[in-house]
Amino acid sequence: MWCRQARGSVPRRLAAGGGRALAGPSQGAVSGELLRHLEHLALVDFRDREGVERLRGAIRFADRLREVNTDGVEPMDSVLEDRCLYLREDDVTEGNCTKELLNNAREKVEEYFVAPPGILCCPECDLQLVSHNSLFSVR
Amino acid sequence: DGLGPGSGGGRRGPQGGPLAPWVPVVGLEIHAQISSNSKLFSGSQVQFAAPPNSLVSFFDASLPGTLPVLNRRCVEAAVMTGLALNCSINKKSLFDRKHYFYADLPAGYQITQQRVPIAVNGSLSYSLCIDNKMSQMVTKTVRIKQIQLEQDSGKSLHDDSRSQTLVDLNRAGVGLMEVVMEPDMCCGEEAAAAVRELQLILQTLGSSQAIMAEGQLRVDANVSVHHPGEPYGVRTEVKNINSIRFLAKAIDYEIQRQIEELENGGTILNETRAFDSKLGCTVPMRDKEGMQDYRFMPEPNLPPLILYDTKSLPANVNHQQVVNIDWIHERLPDLPSAKRAKLVELYGILPEHSFTLVNEDGLTEFFENVLKQTQMKPKKVIGWILNDLLSYLKQHSCTVKESPVSSVLLADLLNLLEKKEISASAAKQVFEELWKGEGKTPLEIVKEKQLQLIEDREELEQICQAVIDEHEKEVIMVVLESSGTVLSSKVNAFCCTA
Repeated sequence: MWCRQARGSVPRRLAAGGGRALAGPSQGAVSGELLRHLEHLALVDFRDREGVERLRGAIRFADRLREVNTDGVEPMDSVLEDRCLYLREDDVTEGNCTKELLNNAREKVEEYFVAPPGILCCPECDLQLVSHNSLFSVR
Repeated sequence: DGLGPGSGGGRRGPQGGPLAPWVPVVGLEIHAQISSNSKLFSGSQVQFAAPPNSLVSFFDASLPGTLPVLNRRCVEAAVMTGLALNCSINKKSLFDRKHYFYADLPAGYQITQQRVPIAVNGSLSYSLCIDNKMSQMVTKTVRIKQIQLEQDSGKSLHDDSRSQTLVDLNRAGVGLMEVVMEPDMCCGEEAAAAVRELQLILQTLGSSQAIMAEGQLRVDANVSVHHPGEPYGVRTEVKNINSIRFLAKAIDYEIQRQIEELENGGTILNETRAFDSKLGCTVPMRDKEGMQDYRFMPEPNLPPLILYDTKSLPANVNHQQVVNIDWIHERLPDLPSAKRAKLVELYGILPEHSFTLVNEDGLTEFFENVLKQTQMKPKKVIGWILNDLLSYLKQHSCTVKESPVSSVLLADLLNLLEKKEISASAAKQVFEELWKGEGKTPLEIVKEKQLQLIEDREELEQICQAVIDEHEKEVIMVVLESSGTVLSSKVNAFCCTA
């Protein structure tokens, strides 16, 4: 039920797992400007060729969605769309674990977490960005 | 100087003076902290001023493997507020992620309702006094675009000396209702009145305590100016406003700043500015640079929020798992506007009086308590409440609850006045004494200061005769003048010597 697609309209070549990307606006081309924008937003470093290639590959893979005819089909934005959203009673059941939480912190001041000053949103800032396939860390 | 009609500068008339008027446009984004025991998506406690990071669960700290669980009370608070603001409640609303990086947002995104919020298309009516006299009030309306549920962020303390930021996540994840108002207002006074009314409504509903000083009500103002008939101007966002008074000041300052900038041929940047309460001006905020791309996406861990009414309520349902809009509607308390109307109808007081009564915490109750204990008519009592009691309270920065004069004492005093045992001016003197809070009753003060009215005719005649006997010259003057005789300068001089 999570795939509200009319039966039989999935092209066989897609179902078979193979298939080439259709000519679309991206066609694997990611401009330098777009790259910088993405790096800025996601704090991920695409500086080397392999990173950019991975990104292009990901876009090519996602582009295959365009091959499917979705005319007249309501977009589905969550596989949970027909589940019930559970409502919790307004009781205090958590918290009071300051010590445990601060154990994870590399640096702390009294009982505060410590972070670098300002907003961390530009790669040119005092940050060490790691490669595209791991989390960023801060110098 | 190159200024033409289409440019941003002020247009000049034939004599070279400024011509076209400016139309300021003000919109508000208000964040009200929901009054609940626990947070929006976790079971940590909601409390102001607790030891740092003591009210934080693993989910609030965004540790991996944790999931959001929606608090029913927060949903009810948002529905109540939506109903009170005449909104349509969306029976199906959705949650989204709004991404940005900041030290006090551990997940790197905020869970909010960007696509389909819980309530839309409402209105808020508020009243203003014209000309600062409480004699003429005009009612205005501002449209409410939407109300959405979202998470609050933690708090950052900037330590510039050590070039670091200290982060306390106690506030991270607390439930907020964001109330978005359409830009229907035109000045600081209107915005202040609208926010004050919203504050009263939230406090009456109990959905938020809405105390601005504790950060439970935060207001950001969007301000722009344009000439009538022309498109809206570039707007700036003004933040860091900590009281309703500063809200009016900040907006009025920003309107002036924009007008002056444009009339001098400058342009307005679409930027965020902070209000500096000490200097009374707005300044650009360092950290905000241009438009943000929040990369909104549906919150994958939360199904749509479905609300019901009596018609759509499924049978055999667990009531704890269901929010019924009609049930909430039936239980809404009297809103401030209804309270004011009732006061006017019941007691025959003026609308302006009802505003003051409802505006001041505890004053209505005080007024009604006095009425219960006195025969004096409400229309006369209200004068004492608003002119005497309230002005003393304001002078001494007291709340009604802190008043040294209780409703019992005031009622006693008014009874003495009503029975004509003292005069109005004597009553004022007694009130002043009562204010000292020395525990004396009005009757005791009257006896002590001998303020009682004398009714005995013989006694009054004796007093009058004594006064006449002691002031011969003044008596002569009065007699001569009242008989129409014009006094010669010599007689005048004689009579005026002590």
